[in-house]
Amino acid sequence: MQSLLEILVAGLLLVNLVALGAGRIGSMVRAVALQGLLLGMIAIVAHGEASNRVLVLALASVVLKAWLIPAMLFRALRQVAIRREVEPLLGLLPSLVLGALTTALAVAAAGRLPFAEERLAPLLVPAALATVAAGLLLLVTRRKAITQVVGYLVLENGIFAFGLLLVEAMPFLVEAGVLLDLFVGIFVLSIIIHHINREFASLDTRRLSQLRE
Amino acid sequence: MLLPLPVVVPLALAVAVYLTPSRLWRPRLLALGAAIHLLLVGLALRAPAGSGGDWLRLDAPGRLLLLLVSVLFLVCAVYAVGYLEQRPERENRRFTACMLAVLGAMSLVAYAQHLGLLWVGIEATTLASAPLVYFNRSARSIEATWKYLLISSVGIALALLGSFFVGYAALLGGGEASLLFPDLLARAGELSRPWLRTGFALLLVGYGTKMGLAPMHTWKPDAYGEAPGVVGAVLAGGLTSCAFLALLRFTQLTAAAGEGIYANRLLIAIGLLSMAVAGALLLGQRDLKRMLAYSSVEQMGILALAAGLGAAATFAALLHLVLNAFGKAGLFLAAGNLHRAFGGKTTGEIRGALRRLPYSGTVFLFGLFAITGSPPFGLFVSKLLIVQVALAAGRGWLAALFVALLLLVFAGMGTTTFAALQGRPTAYARQSAYRDRARGYLPPLLLVALVLLLGLHLPASLRGLLTEAAAALGGGR
Repeated sequence: MQSLLEILVAGLLLVNLVALGAGRIGSMVRAVALQGLLLGMIAIVAHGEASNRVLVLALASVVLKAWLIPAMLFRALRQVAIRREVEPLLGLLPSLVLGALTTALAVAAAGRLPFAEERLAPLLVPAALATVAAGLLLLVTRRKAITQVVGYLVLENGIFAFGLLLVEAMPFLVEAGVLLDLFVGIFVLSIIIHHINREFASLDTRRLSQLRE
Repeated sequence: MLLPLPVVVPLALAVAVYLTPSRLWRPRLLALGAAIHLLLVGLALRAPAGSGGDWLRLDAPGRLLLLLVSVLFLVCAVYAVGYLEQRPERENRRFTACMLAVLGAMSLVAYAQHLGLLWVGIEATTLASAPLVYFNRSARSIEATWKYLLISSVGIALALLGSFFVGYAALLGGGEASLLFPDLLARAGELSRPWLRTGFALLLVGYGTKMGLAPMHTWKPDAYGEAPGVVGAVLAGGLTSCAFLALLRFTQLTAAAGEGIYANRLLIAIGLLSMAVAGALLLGQRDLKRMLAYSSVEQMGILALAAGLGAAATFAALLHLVLNAFGKAGLFLAAGNLHRAFGGKTTGEIRGALRRLPYSGTVFLFGLFAITGSPPFGLFVSKLLIVQVALAAGRGWLAALFVALLLLVFAGMGTTTFAALQGRPTAYARQSAYRDRARGYLPPLLLVALVLLLGLHLPASLRGLLTEAAAALGGGR
C-alpha cells in the first residue's frame, strides 16, 4: 500500500508541473481534473481501512473535482469565444523551473516541521505544500479568468491533501461544508466569467483594470 | 445537530424571498426577516450563556457579534427597502435573497465553536455577498466582483490551510482529537509550537484578507466602491467584524499556547502597516466610497493593533469593533444617498452636498467626526483606551505612531469630505429627482447617533457583555 501511495503522491506533484507547463487552457483544466481523481485515490489508499465516511468523502470529492467542476469550466470555455492558448505572463519554461524550485523548497520546509506519525505525513505534507505553492504560482502568472480559477483549484487541492491528515479529527459535516463552499465558489466564478466575456469580449483579466488609484 | 434559529431562519427566508414573485414584497420581506432575526437574537441572548451544543454555542464573544450583526442588519434592511424603490430598473430578487443568506452566514460565524465550522461560515459570507457587489451589473462592478471573489477566496483558502495546521498541531499534542475552541484552549500547552506558529501566520493572512488588512486589502476599495452603499455597510460593518472575531479566537489560542509574543508582534506590524497604507491612500482620494473603504482598512488596522496589545486591550478592541461597525455603516448609507442625488461618487461630481441634501450631508459630516474618533463620539473612547493600554505597557513610541497615523487619516478624510459637502451643487445634482427623505437619512442618522450615545454613556448591559466577551477572549493570555 505504501508504495502505491508514493506513486500517487508523485503523480500529484507531476500534475502540478503539467498544469504549470500546459500551453492550452483545455490541458490545464484536464490536469486539474486528473489531480482531483488522484486526490480521491490517495484518500482511499491512505484511509481505506478506516470507514465508509472516508469512502463517501473521497467519492464526493472525485465527483466534484474530477467531473463537475472541470465540466463547468469546459462549458465556460465553450461559451466564450477566446483563444485557447494560455498566454501566460511568465513563460512556460520559467514557470516549470519555478514550479520545480518551489517543490524542492516545500520538501525542505516540511523537513523542518515535526510529524505525528511516520506513514502518511512525511509524504503528504511536502506534496500538499508544493501543490499550494504551484496553485499560488498559477494564480499570479496566468491572466485569463479561467486559468486563474484553475490556479485556485490547484491551491484548494493542496489544502485538501493536507486535510487528509486530519480526516479522523474533522467532523464529516465540516468537510462536506468545505466541499460545498468550493462548489458554490467555482459556480459563482464561472457565472462571472460568462459576464466578463460578455462585457469585455475577452477573458483577459488585464482588462479588469479600470479600478485603480 | 440542530442549527440555531438565528442561522436557520434567515437562510429559510432567503429561499422564500427568492421564490416570492412580487418585486414590491421582496424588500419588505427582507426587512421583516431582519426584524424577526433581531427578535430571535434577543431570545437567544436571554438563554443562559453557553447553552447549546458543543459545536454551535453562543459564548460571550459570539453573543456580542450576533447582537452587533443583527442590529446593524436591521437598520440596513430598512434602508434597503427605500433604496430598492429608487432602483426600479434593477432586479431585486437576487439582492434580497443574498442579503438574507449573508445574515444567516454571519450568525453561523457567531455560533461556531469548531475551527472548521467557523471557516465554513466565513467562506459562506463571501460567496453570498459576491452577487451583492455585482448588483449594478456594469463593467466596473464585474471587475470589482471578480477581484473580491478571487482574492477573498484565495485568502480564505489560506485560512483553511492555517486552520488545518492548528488542527495538526493539536493532533501532534496527542490526546483526544477535538478541534473545538474550548478543548483546544484547555490543552493549548500541548499544541505543537512550529505548526501553531505557521498556522497562525497563515490564518492572519487568510482572515486578514477578509478583514481587508494591508497588503491584502486590494479588493476592498473596488468592492466597496462599486457595490451599493447598503452593501458596503453590511460588508464593512458585518463581514469584517466576523473575520476579526475569528482572528481573535486564534490569537487567544496562540497566546494560550505560549506564543503570545510572536502573535502580538505580527498583529502590531500588520496593524500599523494597514493604518499607514490607508493613511497614504486617503490623502488626495477623490472617490467618497473608496475613501470609506480605505478608512475601513485603517479601522481594521486599529483592531489588529489592539489585538496585538494583548489581553489588556481586548475590551477596547471589542468596543472599537462595535462602534466602527455602526459608524462605518452609517457613513456608507449616507454616501449611498449622495451617490443617488449626484449621480456619481467622486468630489468631481459631488459638491455642495450640504446644500443639496441637508440631512444626508449633515449625517455624513457627523459620521466623519464619529469614525475619525473625535470627542464625544464613542470611537474617541475606544481609541483613547488603546492608547492608554499602549502607554501602560511602556510602549510610548507605539502610542505616538498610532496617534500620528490617526491624524494623517483625519487630514485625508477631512479634505475629501469637505470638498464634497461644501460649494455649489453641480447642474446635474440640481435637476436630479432624488430627494432627502426620512427613509433615506434616518437609518444612517440612527447609526451615527448610536456611536455618539455609546460614547456619552455605555449602558450597563452592553458594558457587561463587552467585559464578559473580553474576559472570555483574554483568558489564558
